[in-house]
Amino acid sequence: MILAVASGKGGTGKTSISVNLAKVLGVPVQLLDCDVEEPNAHLFLRGSLIGEEEISISVPEIDAAACNACDECVDFCQFNALASFCSTPLVFPELCHGCGGCTLVCTRNAIREKDFRIGVVRTFVDENITLKSGCLDVGVSLASALVHSVKARLEEGITAILDAPPGTACPAVATLRGVDYVLLVTEPTPFGLHDLKLAVDTVRELRLPFGVVINRVGIGDERVHRYCAQEHIPVLLEIPDDRRIAEAYSRGQLIVEALPEYRAHFERLWQAITHEAGKGTTP
Amino acid sequence: MKLAFTTLGENLDSPLDPSFGRARNFLVYDVQTQAFEIISNKQNLDAAQGAGIQSAQLIAKAGVHALITGHCGPKAFRVLDAAGIKVFNTDASTVKEALARYCAGTLSEAKAANVEGHWA
Repeated sequence: MILAVASGKGGTGKTSISVNLAKVLGVPVQLLDCDVEEPNAHLFLRGSLIGEEEISISVPEIDAAACNACDECVDFCQFNALASFCSTPLVFPELCHGCGGCTLVCTRNAIREKDFRIGVVRTFVDENITLKSGCLDVGVSLASALVHSVKARLEEGITAILDAPPGTACPAVATLRGVDYVLLVTEPTPFGLHDLKLAVDTVRELRLPFGVVINRVGIGDERVHRYCAQEHIPVLLEIPDDRRIAEAYSRGQLIVEALPEYRAHFERLWQAITHEAGKGTTP
Repeated sequence: MKLAFTTLGENLDSPLDPSFGRARNFLVYDVQTQAFEIISNKQNLDAAQGAGIQSAQLIAKAGVHALITGHCGPKAFRVLDAAGIKVFNTDASTVKEALARYCAGTLSEAKAANVEGHWA
């Protein structure tokens, strides 16, 4: 089972749901922090860092002696990472997406590829949880490429929970593709509802089965509940607006450890997820 | 010698566009003949990234020797520098005023970008 925990709106509780769910499972689980622009799942685990891998993409390096300034590579690049004016092109690696197209279209074999670092994937282990946490380097914009690198480290046959980046842009879609079930975390506010609708549109487009968790129930209004009912979207868990949860979060503690009465909620959530995922249909 | 001005319009009285990479148009002025032509920057205006790089390429291919604009970022400056195009920053309100300041020698040549890049 590969579960993605996503949301439209940021700050609804994706990471809280992911880490608490991973903890109550009790069996070995892979937790993937795919929010590579601001990974934070490791803050809630007490395990230790056991490894760090550098992640790079291949960017062009042009041999000026072999280049005849034909501009084929410059014309091919859709990311404006190459520039020329009837000269050997200049390379802007920070704009390159590593597609390798320039190397293929070069008729003079003047382009070699070299590594350009975009970030790291760190591995932490805490009891039953193995966390792979992607961290994009400052100033790099290739979040999706790093998400793919994090997901490439998934081991088959072991339950996986993917903590997705907020929003519905490329890094979120890169996280969601290929998972078995998506949990959309929202809050019962107008903003939460607005962004939930965007997230629902996205997972429906991807034809993935999904359900909703409503966090901080008690604030806002009833519109998120009404929307889910109208759209026949299952609400798998409601978490009350409980100040003690915020306090535990601010100390980097898991809800299920600081407030054991919530443990059963997360266990039931997992049962509901496996039950819903078994249906295999998109609501 | 040719000068490129960033502009929101299509003649010498038009407002100077303070942006370079996403300038609406470039007015390319020939100092010898005093004639000018307009190059549309529509394609780069809509670019997802690298607008400054493309704009620098565009004016380099037009055979421009100097650029007079409001602001120029680091990646565009690198291309302009490699193409041998001098950059002059100005807060002149129109192309005509910027041209007058250039001809009067009151603009000094920029040695680096005067604004940060947008992405990296």
